[in-house]
Amino acid sequence: MTENVNPFAYAPAPESRELVSIESSYDLFINGKFVAPKSKKRFVTINPATEEVLSKISLGGKDDLDLAVKAARRAYESVWSKLPGKERGKYLYRIARLMQERAREFAVLETLDNGKPIRETRDTDIPLAIQHFFYHAGWADKLEFAGNGANPRAHGVVGQIIPWNFPLLMLAWKVAPALATGNTVVLKPAETTSLTALLFAQICIDAELPPGVVNIVTGDGSTGASLVAHNGVDKFAFTGSTEVGKAINRSLASSGKPVTLELGGKGANIVFEDAAIDQAVEGIVQGIFFNQGHVCCAGSRLLVQENIHDHLIEKLERRIEKIRVGDPMDKNTDLGAINSKEQLQKIIELTQSGEIEGAKAWQPDCALPSRGFWFRPTIFTNVTGAHRIAREEIFGPVLSVLTFRTPQEAIEKANNTPYGLAAGVWSEKGSRLLWASRELKAGVIWANTYNKFDAASPFGGYKESGWGREGGRHGLLPYLTHSSTPRVKPSKGVRK
Amino acid sequence: MSKDRIDVKKTYKLFINGAFPRSESGRSYPIYRKGSKVLLAQPAQASRKDLRDAVRAAREARLKWQSATAYNRSQILYRIAEMMEGRRLQFVEEIMAQASLTKSVAEKEVSEAIDLWVWYAGWCDKVGQISGANNPINGPFYNFTSPEPIGVVGVFAESDSSLLGLVRAMAPALAGGNTVVVLASERYPLSAITLSEVIATSDVPAGVINILTGIRNELTPWLASHMEVDGLDISGEKSRRVEIRTLATENLKRVADFGSSTSPNRILALMDQKTIWHPIGI
Amino acid sequence: MAKVLRKVEMNQGRTSSSDLATDFGISDDRSLELFLKTLPGVDQVGVEARAAELATRSIKKESKSWAIDMAISMVDLTTLEGADTEGKVRSLCNKAHRPDPTDLGVPHVGAVCVYNDMVGIARSHLDAIGAKEIPVAAVSTAFPSGRASMEVKLRDTRDAIEAGASEIDMVIDRGAFLSGYYKSVFDEIVAIKKECGGRAHLKVILETGELVTYDNVRRASYLAMIAGADFIKTSTGKVTPAATAPVVLIMLQAVRDFFDRTGIQIGVKPAGGIRTSKDAIKQLVLVNEIAGPEWLNPRYFRIGASALLNDLLMQRMKMRDGYYASSNYVSVE
Repeated sequence: MTENVNPFAYAPAPESRELVSIESSYDLFINGKFVAPKSKKRFVTINPATEEVLSKISLGGKDDLDLAVKAARRAYESVWSKLPGKERGKYLYRIARLMQERAREFAVLETLDNGKPIRETRDTDIPLAIQHFFYHAGWADKLEFAGNGANPRAHGVVGQIIPWNFPLLMLAWKVAPALATGNTVVLKPAETTSLTALLFAQICIDAELPPGVVNIVTGDGSTGASLVAHNGVDKFAFTGSTEVGKAINRSLASSGKPVTLELGGKGANIVFEDAAIDQAVEGIVQGIFFNQGHVCCAGSRLLVQENIHDHLIEKLERRIEKIRVGDPMDKNTDLGAINSKEQLQKIIELTQSGEIEGAKAWQPDCALPSRGFWFRPTIFTNVTGAHRIAREEIFGPVLSVLTFRTPQEAIEKANNTPYGLAAGVWSEKGSRLLWASRELKAGVIWANTYNKFDAASPFGGYKESGWGREGGRHGLLPYLTHSSTPRVKPSKGVRK
Repeated sequence: MSKDRIDVKKTYKLFINGAFPRSESGRSYPIYRKGSKVLLAQPAQASRKDLRDAVRAAREARLKWQSATAYNRSQILYRIAEMMEGRRLQFVEEIMAQASLTKSVAEKEVSEAIDLWVWYAGWCDKVGQISGANNPINGPFYNFTSPEPIGVVGVFAESDSSLLGLVRAMAPALAGGNTVVVLASERYPLSAITLSEVIATSDVPAGVINILTGIRNELTPWLASHMEVDGLDISGEKSRRVEIRTLATENLKRVADFGSSTSPNRILALMDQKTIWHPIGI
Repeated sequence: MAKVLRKVEMNQGRTSSSDLATDFGISDDRSLELFLKTLPGVDQVGVEARAAELATRSIKKESKSWAIDMAISMVDLTTLEGADTEGKVRSLCNKAHRPDPTDLGVPHVGAVCVYNDMVGIARSHLDAIGAKEIPVAAVSTAFPSGRASMEVKLRDTRDAIEAGASEIDMVIDRGAFLSGYYKSVFDEIVAIKKECGGRAHLKVILETGELVTYDNVRRASYLAMIAGADFIKTSTGKVTPAATAPVVLIMLQAVRDFFDRTGIQIGVKPAGGIRTSKDAIKQLVLVNEIAGPEWLNPRYFRIGASALLNDLLMQRMKMRDGYYASSNYVSVE
């Protein structure tokens, strides 16, 4: 970025691609085996950083889902529900260990398939995914302490749909608690990012997990819709956009099935005048540029106290100039590729609206690769609460900066959104942090930090950002019922 | 194994600060195959000075163990289970020889001991979630309570159990973040030393676990009275209980006494609860 | 493209700090304390996380070669032992001049750093071997504790300069700083700076391991810069922790911000605990990304070290030869 003044522009430091072998096409993972899709349909998955075709993925249809749900039902009734929690937990520990052993392979595969930098997959996505299995493994034989009564029970077969922004991590958030609580799973990965889920299927085989406990049906939106509509599923969990989440809930409304939804957000990141300013700048960068801004809890609305606005923006711009945009496989890359052409279009459209509506855009003058999907880190100043870029989720590396004069005004503006997933507060004054945390209507508040995740910490939203929590003791509850009989009767024709 | 080959026998030593010293007193005592005069081994007979060294090591190791994340502690205790599984044959043989038990009974004991490590490993990053609380106090304060380790715990392993009683007593103290000084069963000390060899290869920081073999009567009063020991687990101790409790009173050691039960309360009994107040305001 | 920063004249020989103090509104005890306490706080977790993130930078190939040579040229090759002898100092000077006698492509180090009584020997030996360009740095002001009268500290400094030192590494009075007597710390620096005059560069050692908090590191950095330091230096090397990455990060942030505010570019010298090439390269990454490339030269960044030099030489050999080098092939002083 600074070739002309800096002889210390880092030479390329690519992670080795040799660590992974990608097959030319993938089947579905049903009942412990890879099986060709009944639909006979496949689609290509590409590397968004190069547009290179990586593999062909099976497009699961209704028949495939039938098989998967049946396998999950059979596994639930014949094996998984009969297994003591202690032994169930050991399978999860095994999975965690197998994933640890192949952690770098997962990281490389995730980076190739998703476009996010290897530094993030290596240091964040994969270790956190593993922690989720390790953490939940320990719960499997301690469910009576989870707070859902003395005799908590599983629902049965759980249908799960996950997004493309943290493919393996979201799989872990869904699969680990479901298995620990004794449910079996039919999971549909996101259309553009199925590869790590398919490698995870291999881990299930290697861990000798009983067939049918985990089934992975890849596909597109139609596959997801079929899974939602399937009456053999006892509980449903979804992470994705608020729009799709609402549609899912509408279609499940009549069934009364329990649903967990983790949806969109428009997180406010509030910086008070007394903040530790350099760390606040870091937190703002973490908040919006982590994972190319493809984060539902991204701190996409920066609320700055007016008397430090100019100083903060100056520091922020200087910091953003240091962000290294480019090849996600390079160990020094901070900002990788946008996950898909569609997402890039959406980001472009929303940022154009920002300029049309009068906000002032700033971007560093960094070079972008010629192939693949890319977007420069962007800050909008002069944003007001009525601008689309202050209201709609952009899901990209675009920050909208608003100002406030008093603490109350900051909270009012922060809460002025239908979303309520996460928010950040920056101040060196403890009582103010706690006050702001109390007033903010969001499921996760980060005080003097941002975008921190842990298997032991509950995550989930207020308002239209969803319901239910994932992680921690609270994350177990949606997967448990305390009634003495199974909530949903097994569907007909299933072997007892 | 061919008769021509002479076995290489193991020297059973103490486990203090990650190393395997003999007793500073130079003493050992004989352990025979149960009901016979066949010598199995001559483990070290620890002195009060060995005990003092063990307590010092445990004290120094507190910060390392307490400042490790709960997730990290959890993985280390799980690692002990993994390493034990790999040496189960040795544990089974020692239990059979020391206590004259059948193979199937000995195997069951080893399995249970391994599973117990797994169970407590899982508690490291959960015990705070079932015991801590956000307290709805009457005022503009954020007020929360969470458990913290007490420090160094003296563990009296069950005297009539080789392995399971030992694990039952030490695992909860460790899961709560304490460091331990363990008095092994006097009659059945061999499993304790083999366990310490497992521990030494399980990423447990030196000094977190210290295991002494020897004559219980000789060591009991020194452990119970040591002013740098913060708690005792006497669940496995059948004799001199009043004396132990009386000696422990001098610095108000927390005394856990749970018999052979297994429960998260065993972890919490060796933890203190801290409550933090903080004002809320603009 | 990072915007090209204003070029400013180097501040060597900056003699008067009174104008600067006035610019910062500092006239007495009270105003200095007020100024230091209004500096923004430092969040420990945040700064440590940032330092850890930058430590993952992977420096390869030509960047690594460049960094190794740059690091060699930044080394203040140091010996500060009670057992130092003339022989040891001479041999150190030879090493400073020709770090690898078999490879003349290796640059000379930044300076030779010794105790006061060895300054004359170092200077004359360097001159004798044709290394006039290598400055001698002296640790003065009752190094390392600084527990002596002002008179002694001034005399100590004068001695060193008269013996040929062109760089003075002074220690601040940490006791006074921790007690809140900021002005007395400030005045000492001003007095020593005056003694240095145009003859010697002043490096002010904060001894961050004794200041403990990052807030203190930031305050002491500003205090020293306003009082007239040409360099701010982390540590004496006699106290641990010394030049940790977060401490250096804060000091680099301070010189950057100070430059933006005053146009005066102050140097930074980490010392203590930097022993391997990897450590040194991590330091350069910090310089590059926190202060900026304008600091990536020995004028504005030095590394106080002794064992580091040999590790840099071995890394250099490894890059040249393609296999790992042996310590048998680098000289021991």
